[in-house]
Amino acid sequence: MAKKKKTKKKETKGQLGKKKETAREKMIGQTIGYRYDVNLLPDYKRLTPFLKKYIEHMGWDDLNWLEDVHMGYEEDRPAVFDRNANGWVTIPKKIKLPDNQQDRDMIARELLVKFQMSPNHPLVDLKKAYLKF
Amino acid sequence: MANIKTLEKKTKAQSMGLHTEVLTGKTQQKFFNPDEAENFFYWGTHDVDFNKRTELDVKDMDCKEANKKIDILMSEGYGTIVIKNPQGKHSLGVGILNKLNLIFEGSLGYFGVGSIDGPIVRVNGRVGWSCAENMMAGKVVIEKNAGSCFGAAIRGGDLICKGSVGARTGIDQKGGSIIVGGDAGAFTGFMMQRGRIVILGDVGINLGDSMYDGTIYVGGKIGSFGSDAVEAPMTKNDIEWLTRKLKVAEIGNNFNISKMTKIVSGKKLWNYDALEPTEKKGAI
Repeated sequence: MAKKKKTKKKETKGQLGKKKETAREKMIGQTIGYRYDVNLLPDYKRLTPFLKKYIEHMGWDDLNWLEDVHMGYEEDRPAVFDRNANGWVTIPKKIKLPDNQQDRDMIARELLVKFQMSPNHPLVDLKKAYLKF
Repeated sequence: MANIKTLEKKTKAQSMGLHTEVLTGKTQQKFFNPDEAENFFYWGTHDVDFNKRTELDVKDMDCKEANKKIDILMSEGYGTIVIKNPQGKHSLGVGILNKLNLIFEGSLGYFGVGSIDGPIVRVNGRVGWSCAENMMAGKVVIEKNAGSCFGAAIRGGDLICKGSVGARTGIDQKGGSIIVGGDAGAFTGFMMQRGRIVILGDVGINLGDSMYDGTIYVGGKIGSFGSDAVEAPMTKNDIEWLTRKLKVAEIGNNFNISKMTKIVSGKKLWNYDALEPTEKKGAI
């Protein structure tokens, strides 16, 4: 009798939204701590042309505040946290993400800048309504 | 009875009704239009030119008048503003959400350049308590010493003091980099949650007390470690980052970075949310 071939399940370690939960996390139904390495320092060799332009425009020497921006995930989808809107902003499905966390972080930074500077940002409406001076 | 059967299948958390209380619901999926136009400043702020320079004497102004005047100058396109006679006034240069070169020729009082998002600031003197509190982005360079709570609750950007700083530097820090050329007082990095603190000199007692995350690098002696602050090995990435950042900070030439001590959170206090769901449920 031919033996059934055992199909090895692909390891999902490190993939977005696939982190193994601890017993404590299962019990409380919440994630404890951050869902990615918040201390990961950026690799400047992977800067995108847009980010280079942004740094130059602002007159800074490096990524400045964007050093703390990383690609995380929300509801099993890649997302970046917008501190101004205090919420996760989901990456559109059509954007294909690289395997490397450093490259993913650069994309997250670029998209976040575009989002925050956009006239469609949710704070623009708030500002129009409540701006005092 | 059917209900009991259903309950048996649930986890303890689910049976307590907690499972629906996961920290979600903040997703904003309608955004991130990849075709968004290239734009480097916030809506409602000004596109200024660094080469357009002016001076502002604030000797006879209060902080409100001075800050308003800075805003008016930015709206006129001035990208470099030199403030004369700040005379230790409090709350100068706060809430600037623009790219800007701002130079203070003198010292600042309390809460100088707080809540800024973008400008490059240079203070050719000293600063009082809580300098650059809640700073979001940009670069601030203090040429002399700074008071307590330097960079309190900072969220991003580079905050540099070439001299020494007081106690509770980087208290409640949530991001960004604080770089100090001299010494720092007690409780440096108290309750910090993210970001990096670099002290080239000595640091006082209770360093990194109750820190949740983030990294502290110390070049000199450490008074004592705070609760849950632990030493960690320096990596190649740390050394590269420090080398680059000290150049940005214009300090620490020829400083032996590899001999610095790296301090991180021991993560033993990471049980903050153990009671949260129950408390939430009680409140509802």
